[in-house]
Amino acid sequence: MNGVHDMGGMHGMGPIVEEKSEPVFHYEWEGRIFAMNRAMGAWRKWNLDASRHSRELIPPAEYLRMSYYERWLAGLIELMVQSGLTTRAEIASGAPVPESIKTVPILTPEKAAFLVAKGISTSRNVKVTARFQVGQQVRARNMHPVGHTRLPRYARGKFGTIHRDHGVFVFPDTNAHFLGEKPQHVYSVRFEARELWGAQSGEKDSVYLDMWDDYLEST
Amino acid sequence: MTQDLSQAHQHEHQAVPSDLALRVKALESLLVEKGLVDRAALDALVDAYEHKIGPRNGARVVARAWSDPAYLRRLLNDADAAISEMGFGGMQGEHMVVVENTAGVHNLVVCTLCSCYPWPVLGLPPVWYKSAPYRSRAVIDPRGVLREFGLQLSEEVEVRVWDSTAEVRYLVLPERPSGTEGWSDEALSALVTRDAMIGVAKISLPRVGSAA
Repeated sequence: MNGVHDMGGMHGMGPIVEEKSEPVFHYEWEGRIFAMNRAMGAWRKWNLDASRHSRELIPPAEYLRMSYYERWLAGLIELMVQSGLTTRAEIASGAPVPESIKTVPILTPEKAAFLVAKGISTSRNVKVTARFQVGQQVRARNMHPVGHTRLPRYARGKFGTIHRDHGVFVFPDTNAHFLGEKPQHVYSVRFEARELWGAQSGEKDSVYLDMWDDYLEST
Repeated sequence: MTQDLSQAHQHEHQAVPSDLALRVKALESLLVEKGLVDRAALDALVDAYEHKIGPRNGARVVARAWSDPAYLRRLLNDADAAISEMGFGGMQGEHMVVVENTAGVHNLVVCTLCSCYPWPVLGLPPVWYKSAPYRSRAVIDPRGVLREFGLQLSEEVEVRVWDSTAEVRYLVLPERPSGTEGWSDEALSALVTRDAMIGVAKISLPRVGSAA
């Protein structure tokens, strides 16, 4: 979606503010919502792409006003309500509805440690033909899907060169909407900075994006 | 650009914290009561990223790459295996690529769409990395962003920006500062900063006699 989260190239966002000796979490609640996102994700009612999309769907003015972990709270609530794990009434009251059946948490401390140490790979060991080869010139598709995509606006329609083939990964545009994993090759694609931004950029400078096969067309 | 803590908070945390703290606390109680989350698992996750996983991991990888040419080759060819050799890996670092800074090439990492960052080697990202000013400008004006961080690059240097749009995570291998010949890996890793591994800084030696 052409949302405010797709920020590459925007102006007017202000200076970069670096905090000295920044803590990992500024408030205890930030750590708790960070951890709750992982623990609730373990129910596998949604996936990484759906959870990113839940934050992209926050209305733009709210998205810009909210702090980072406030967005995580908002996104998690939507995912839990949509998947039926909680109701809005329960979130509003802070207590389970009478008919709620108590279950057993999936993410135990041992499984949490395993998750941290091993992660969750979205690469898939399946044979899929790569449509492009390293060194080939390609064009990023000029497409504007209303759903989730990882193709930033600033690259659409631009010419680049395949730098590297990362292998086969789950496709976010379908996976975020539970329409299947559609595994396909992901490439590192090099775009000259001047192709993206014009003469203001350094002549030698470039931007590399990781792009799924479906984002690209041959030239 | 660097501000003290209270100013940074005003900028990044505009909502009333107590309200958010209460909402998150109520949500946690609800999820515990429904048997959906285990408080001890939440504690373990917070503890891992507050105390165990952070940029010191990445600094050890960088120091080894500086002192061990065979390791450097492995790191640039197969970062997952080379980082795993050092005992690091896992969530949000399942697929790693290391990009090397040289006299002629400077690399900079961003995630314009959200906040993708190599957790196993750098920990969770700082607020500025996740914020609109950095995400919007790193791709269109990397040299301006670097100047804002106090780094002026010559026009001769090629700037490569890596926008983390997929599930590959990038770590910048900074240039080894001169004057560190013969240093131990431990002494070298103490020089390596988080910002240098994102690509917004270079690594310099602390001045002799300064209170570093």
